[in-house]
Amino acid sequence: MTDWKKICAVSDVPVLGSRVVDSEAHGRIAVFRNSADEVFAVHDKCPHKAGPLSQGIVHGKTVTCPLHSWKIQLEDGQVVAPDVGCVKHFPTKVENGEVFLAL
Amino acid sequence: MRKLKLVMVGNGMAGVRTLEELRKIAPDMYDITVFGAEPHPNYNRILLSPVLAGEMTIQDIILNDLQWYADNGITLHLGSTVTGIDRQNRSVVATGKDGQRIEVDYDRLLIATGSTPFMPPIPGKELPGVLAYRDIKDTDEMIDAAAKYKHAVVIGAGLLGLEAANGLALRGMDVTVVHISDWIMERQLDRTGGKMLQAELENKGMKFRMNAQTAELVKGESGRVCAVKFKDGESIPADLVCMAAGIRPNVELAEKAGIYCNRGIVVSDTLQTYDPRIYAVGECANHRGTAYGLVAPLFEQAKVCANHLAMYGIGRYQGSVTSTKLKVTGIDVFSAGDFSGAEGTEDIVLHDPGMGIYKRLVLKGDKLVGTVLYGDTKDGAWYFQLLKDAQDVGEIRDHLVFGNAHLGDVGHKGNSMAASMPDSAEVCGCNGVCKGTIVKAIQEQGLFTLEDVRKHTKASSSCGSCTGLVEQILASTIGGAYQPADSNNKAVCGCTDHSHGEVRKAIRANKLLSVAEAQKFLEWKTPNGCASCRPALNYYCISTWPHEAIDDPQSRFINERAHANIQKDGTYSVVPRMWGGLTNPTELRAIADAAEKYKVPTVKVTGGQRIDLLGVKKEDLPAMWSDFAAAGMVSGHAYGKSLRTVKTCVGSEHCRFGTQRSMDLGVKLEKMLFGMWSPHKFKLAVSGCPRNCAESGIKDIGVIGVDSGYELYVGGNGGIKTEVAQFFCKVANDDEVMEYGGAFIQLYREEGYYLERTCHYIERVGLEHVKKQVLEDASQRKALHERLLFALQNYKDPWAEIFEDKSGGTLKREFEIIKV
Repeated sequence: MTDWKKICAVSDVPVLGSRVVDSEAHGRIAVFRNSADEVFAVHDKCPHKAGPLSQGIVHGKTVTCPLHSWKIQLEDGQVVAPDVGCVKHFPTKVENGEVFLAL
Repeated sequence: MRKLKLVMVGNGMAGVRTLEELRKIAPDMYDITVFGAEPHPNYNRILLSPVLAGEMTIQDIILNDLQWYADNGITLHLGSTVTGIDRQNRSVVATGKDGQRIEVDYDRLLIATGSTPFMPPIPGKELPGVLAYRDIKDTDEMIDAAAKYKHAVVIGAGLLGLEAANGLALRGMDVTVVHISDWIMERQLDRTGGKMLQAELENKGMKFRMNAQTAELVKGESGRVCAVKFKDGESIPADLVCMAAGIRPNVELAEKAGIYCNRGIVVSDTLQTYDPRIYAVGECANHRGTAYGLVAPLFEQAKVCANHLAMYGIGRYQGSVTSTKLKVTGIDVFSAGDFSGAEGTEDIVLHDPGMGIYKRLVLKGDKLVGTVLYGDTKDGAWYFQLLKDAQDVGEIRDHLVFGNAHLGDVGHKGNSMAASMPDSAEVCGCNGVCKGTIVKAIQEQGLFTLEDVRKHTKASSSCGSCTGLVEQILASTIGGAYQPADSNNKAVCGCTDHSHGEVRKAIRANKLLSVAEAQKFLEWKTPNGCASCRPALNYYCISTWPHEAIDDPQSRFINERAHANIQKDGTYSVVPRMWGGLTNPTELRAIADAAEKYKVPTVKVTGGQRIDLLGVKKEDLPAMWSDFAAAGMVSGHAYGKSLRTVKTCVGSEHCRFGTQRSMDLGVKLEKMLFGMWSPHKFKLAVSGCPRNCAESGIKDIGVIGVDSGYELYVGGNGGIKTEVAQFFCKVANDDEVMEYGGAFIQLYREEGYYLERTCHYIERVGLEHVKKQVLEDASQRKALHERLLFALQNYKDPWAEIFEDKSGGTLKREFEIIKV
């Protein structure tokens, strides 16, 4: 069964920004909010050289890694071509203005 | 709405590129049908030469496989020849590959029939063994003949002829090239270049017959061609004759349909023929009197044509300047523009026969109008750029011929001859990319632009110092298909078609005050831009409208958001400001305490005369800053596209040689410029005497004290490519340094493109322009200086803003981690 964990209010995540969640079981997770107020979560580790994706620039449903500009799709954790790879993606939901993460 | 019907006649590179562009911008507008006479899907015709030479296979050069047509819902008729266009009823009639009749209606018709080789009217040209060199079929026949026969004759020593000759020679044939003129490739090379090339090809075993007129191709006993006979009566054996005497646009179909043709199908700037429903692109089209035979212009046409087909109608094709590159492995030849030596032109020539190097630059006034390079073509792309942009090269005439990379390009062993480099040679020292990897990517992925190569291989995508070399490899791999981007009109990124200059102008003219506003006004194609354009837009807004524009932290790179430098492991480095490189025991004590308190693993002295604390956790940043503030220290902005440091020597305060108080002036300059954002990082130095211990010669602004005042130098750079600063002016005192220097900085802040260092900015606009604004016009100078001071007034230390956080926590939360 999915274990939905309450994280914070949507408004605690900046628009086109992120927050870092530290989970005992999964390590650091980056939670993003885009301009359409959608919330996404992926492992805070770029598949290229482990850059902290939470520190990247968010655009559309994508984040650009701050270290070497790999682009990662936030919906599924897939790396945008021509680079190849993927990062673990976590389901999210927003209820009553609160962000929940499936851990 | 019913989908419109688009029919394309011809299945070559220009046409299919048009469809690709169209699918990008209007994927659902048309039902598309394509007729191709050849039985193959779209392939890279330019790479037939490497196929003939045995360096690639047919499979390698397919650009769009059958799956691509299927995936994009395109109906493809291969091996089908279109026989007529019925313009009244808007339909085309074709004969299919099994001889069946196909008729298809169109709303828009695109003619991309390319060209056919010109067969000179020589008796015997229809004999078996005589062929042109145009498509896969010809290539296969030549490969086949090379295996069976010995003697080959190529008629015509143009680009294509020489590539054919080279391929046949590599396949073991005895090749003679017959040419009507004095020297080979006379349209692309001057006499000297042509003769050098001929000598090198002769060394490879090729034979030449110059000034030779072919009288007849002689039929042998087997019925196949056996010899070529010249007008002077001599003859040479020939089992294979390849005609490479030029191409003719394929206009028959269009002409038959009553469309106006004149050495090509005549098209407008929107690639429309005289019948506006019918477009033509590629080698079959005549635009403003020119039918282009190289791929690069055709791709430009494709883009404009697609834009118009998609009913955007904003693009216009205005013709191209083309460059030439011979694809013969191991030989570097490059030419561009007009090098005929017309009246009013001057030549700059460097000729070293021993090294096999020849460079000729043709100038008209202070503009480059043509160039021929032989042996060392690494600067070809750069010259081509100067030529296309019609840049004033008066200031750099004295070293123009030595190229753009004549000093300071580091990290790739100064390699210059791309074609002769081994595949294992490292090209990009940052990302460890070898030549072979780049060539393979270009060939296998069908790459045509520097951007594509960067994306796929990462070569030249980091520091960029190997860009010239990568461009050269690209050019030598794809030949004439390579065209460097137009630097003045290059789009900011894939999110828009607007250039940096246009964006800056629009932000100023329309008082756009935020990234979002600018994107909306300029009709950005993506919802929030990307990591390339957002920081640029943010800078343009805040630098154009200080105190009014909204500075968007989410549009800044992480370093400027966290006010520290991100490191490879995700920790940060912190550099407190040391004004003019000066410090004191209190500051040093605070740094030592902080290093212990926050367990900083590395403490290092920087090149900018201050101290760097490396390996700080992001969560610790606000507290550490607060500790520094207690000792009177503020952010050093070591992380920003902003003022970095003012490096100083000790000056006349202590030094026995010093003529000016350099530390004092350095501190004053740094205080004046504190908190200044700029297109790129900005460094200054002040030296107290001409011994120049502060290294003023490689700074954005370098100040050198002399007995009578100060000399100002601008546009220096000590990084990727060492650029020596240029002398700007001489001033009398500290106040004048601040005013003249400040005015220069403000001009750069207002006119520079994002991520353009001062050396590149000056290269683009010309030092003359800068001098005119700052030196010649005193009121303009004062106004610039005042605008700078206005922009910087009331600037608050960003570290203090965050740890004090008067917003009630929203600034600090960037640094907090949520535990679950």
